Amino acid sequence: MLGTTILLALREIRRHILRSILTTLGIIIGVAAVVTMVTLGNGVTASVQEEISSLGASNFIVFPVRTDRGTIRPFDEDDVRAVEQQIAGVELAAGNAGATATAFYNGQDWDTRVQGVNDAFLKAQSIDVTEGRPFTTEEETAGKNVCLLGLKVREAIFTPGTSPVGARMRLGDVSCQVIGVIEERGQGGGGADEDDAVYMPLKTVQRRFKGSDNLDYFVVKYDAAYAASVIQDSLVDLLRERRLLQGAEPNDFNVIDTAQVNQALGAATGALTAMVAVIASISLLVGGIGIMNIMLVSVTERTREIGIRLAIGALAREVRLQFLTEAVVLCALGGLVGIALGFLASIGLATLIDVPFVFDPAINIISFLFAAGMGIVFGYYPARRASQLDPIDALRHE
Amino acid sequence: MAEPLIELEGITKTFGSGAAAFQALKGVDLTIERGEFVAIMGPSGSGKSTTMNILGCLDVPTGGVFRFRGVEVQKLDRDQRSLLRRRYLGFVFQGFNLLARTTALENVELPLLYRGESKVKRREAAMRALDQVGLVPWADHTPAELSGGQQQRVAIARALVTEPDVLLADEPTGNLDSERSIEIMELLRRLNAEGITILMVTHEEDMAAYAKTIVRFRDGLVERIERGALAAEGSPA
Repeated sequence: MLGTTILLALREIRRHILRSILTTLGIIIGVAAVVTMVTLGNGVTASVQEEISSLGASNFIVFPVRTDRGTIRPFDEDDVRAVEQQIAGVELAAGNAGATATAFYNGQDWDTRVQGVNDAFLKAQSIDVTEGRPFTTEEETAGKNVCLLGLKVREAIFTPGTSPVGARMRLGDVSCQVIGVIEERGQGGGGADEDDAVYMPLKTVQRRFKGSDNLDYFVVKYDAAYAASVIQDSLVDLLRERRLLQGAEPNDFNVIDTAQVNQALGAATGALTAMVAVIASISLLVGGIGIMNIMLVSVTERTREIGIRLAIGALAREVRLQFLTEAVVLCALGGLVGIALGFLASIGLATLIDVPFVFDPAINIISFLFAAGMGIVFGYYPARRASQLDPIDALRHE
Repeated sequence: MAEPLIELEGITKTFGSGAAAFQALKGVDLTIERGEFVAIMGPSGSGKSTTMNILGCLDVPTGGVFRFRGVEVQKLDRDQRSLLRRRYLGFVFQGFNLLARTTALENVELPLLYRGESKVKRREAAMRALDQVGLVPWADHTPAELSGGQQQRVAIARALVTEPDVLLADEPTGNLDSERSIEIMELLRRLNAEGITILMVTHEEDMAAYAKTIVRFRDGLVERIERGALAAEGSPA
């Protein structure tokens, strides 16, 4: 009986194909919007989390900022040592000083960025060496001319398939020996391409490229067992003290908590998803009212048919089921079309805004069931009206 | 002897209430046995259609007792009356009332759908019913492709397909020319001869002449019952 009812419903829908499509447009758009936005939201979250994890979990990034007087007071290695030794819960602190330079090897050249870092920095940022070896303590303290290559630089100036480890290359007018290659990193936190870089010991870069002991910024990795806010407070207090800032003077440096950035981004994605959910709900509500309207029209148009069915012995609930099935099938078809459109739209948009396409079966199933549920909610009243018609009046209906 | 198929005792029917109330039936008594062919006649407003609706279990009387196969129908609810119609009654209407854009075969199958019969059984029974009315070659045609007479024969097949006890025909020839009307009446008489009880409302004496019994209504009451008179004389055609 139900199978026959569904076939009957499909036939009625096919009879008024244009009307059916227009009627379900609201449902189609609503479902497509939900599927697209949730899928893209998942993609954005995934790519943000990847980025955050590349910054290293449980990290602070500390850098000087311009004061009202327009000066910048940089940090140096003494500040880093003080933070590492004087604040409980800090596992390590490590500075970074960078410069731009052109890399030369075997007649090839490539403009890139030289990152002055020590091994501690690489550990704090989870930067791994895939070929060769990291810096030794001796190379760091002596400021030796050794370097680790980012993937892009290797591809740009070294022949593919050959190992650059052991080669002597030139960075600007500084000669250096390649001791290793860095794993693929992708887009960094600041939007910079982390693969387009050459890493040298901090002291080497300070001495040969910068001409000072200054740092651009330093990172602080702390024990996850400690509360971030406690460590941040100690960090700020210590740095203010070291920089001789008086009570009312504002901080002339900034501390960024990567975990907090993560949370903020998560909250932003959540808010966006919630907003889309509201818009989609309105679209679905409007769509549902459209369904109810068209079902009422259908009941009126088919009054005689209902009369015939009742006269030959259809029960009220059988007539109700017939019209309810029609509304549900209509909405479910709308849901399927919406899911298909949402699927295509999210693949397209994911490529466009460069986030991974993360397929979420749950949202597709939920959207479909919700659409079908709309059929029950908005189809019930027209179906009930059909089932309560008086057979004598219905047969007389012109 | 078994109880009569249909018994009406003091049936009244009032439409509306208060000052606007209209009494369509004022106490109708009527007994119909199995195998009868009854023509119900009378001027408009005499109560014949109201009686037919009550006999068809589509409407309930305001007062009195209506027994069908011994069951007091006025005590049944809507769904119980639907089940009664589904099992024992077949309807033929003046306006044919076939489902548009649906083949003759599917129209005839419709009542079996509500009996939950299998597709194969439905098809078999529907083809048998179409055979009874001589429309097997037209099984795949929609009502729009059939003449009025053919449409009415499809409607009769639809009424027969459930093998009902009673066929109720409300002005079955009202929309047909005289030649088609005679075809339909001959068909009804043949079906009656095969055992089915037929109740027919008509205002044409020619058509009523095919019945074994004529019940004449006037002002909401049975005026006269003419039993077997014409049937004994043979066909008027």
